[in-house]
Amino acid sequence: MSEKKMAIIATKGSLDWAYPPFILASTAAALGYEVQIFFTFYGLQLLRKKLDLKVTSLGNPGMPMPMPMPVLVQALPGMQSMMSFMMKNKMKAKGVASVEELRSLSLEADVKLIACQMTVDLFDFKNSEFIDGIEFGGAATFLGFAGDSDICLFV
Amino acid sequence: MADFDQELDASGLNCPLPILRAKKSLAAMDSGQVLHIIATDPGAVKDFEAFAKQTGNELMDSKEDGGKFYFLMKKA
Repeated sequence: MSEKKMAIIATKGSLDWAYPPFILASTAAALGYEVQIFFTFYGLQLLRKKLDLKVTSLGNPGMPMPMPMPVLVQALPGMQSMMSFMMKNKMKAKGVASVEELRSLSLEADVKLIACQMTVDLFDFKNSEFIDGIEFGGAATFLGFAGDSDICLFV
Repeated sequence: MADFDQELDASGLNCPLPILRAKKSLAAMDSGQVLHIIATDPGAVKDFEAFAKQTGNELMDSKEDGGKFYFLMKKA
């Protein structure tokens, strides 16, 4: 069986949007795919050593809420932290893996994680803020792999 | 259900963990050995079919009993 390839661009840094890239990457790796994820802009948050990912209902009318709540109330201080806390608890209760777990499973399965050097510089991040085992590169690095991929996703 | 060489209890775990754990268990087994998997995620039924098809491991049996799902997977 010749090895298939999947290339993903991860551009979002919230708790909910952290899942698609890591779920697909770890599963594809288990199915024998060679996988690379290119993290750019807010997606870089997913590569930090200490993850503090949050979820927000603001600007997201599709988020299921435990009770109806006016948007202005959702914007009150502390609401974002509370919603993130509730979401993490719910995920744990339902047996959904944490982002940290899926990220280490991806690394274990040789998924290549690439941080966008341009965005690292733009936001004044230090390479030491990111987990070990990742690479730094640019658009050409990603396209070199993506050009030969069977699946290519922008998340 | 037929005999098996190793068992994996993935009860309570959700997508994609049952698949990832099964992959890990299979990696430590010999070709021709059989892994018995227990899962509670209803999505696992389709997922293990797809896993077998794409990895070449044989899904020998797949059944549901009392809210649990049981699979027999033979390593290729």
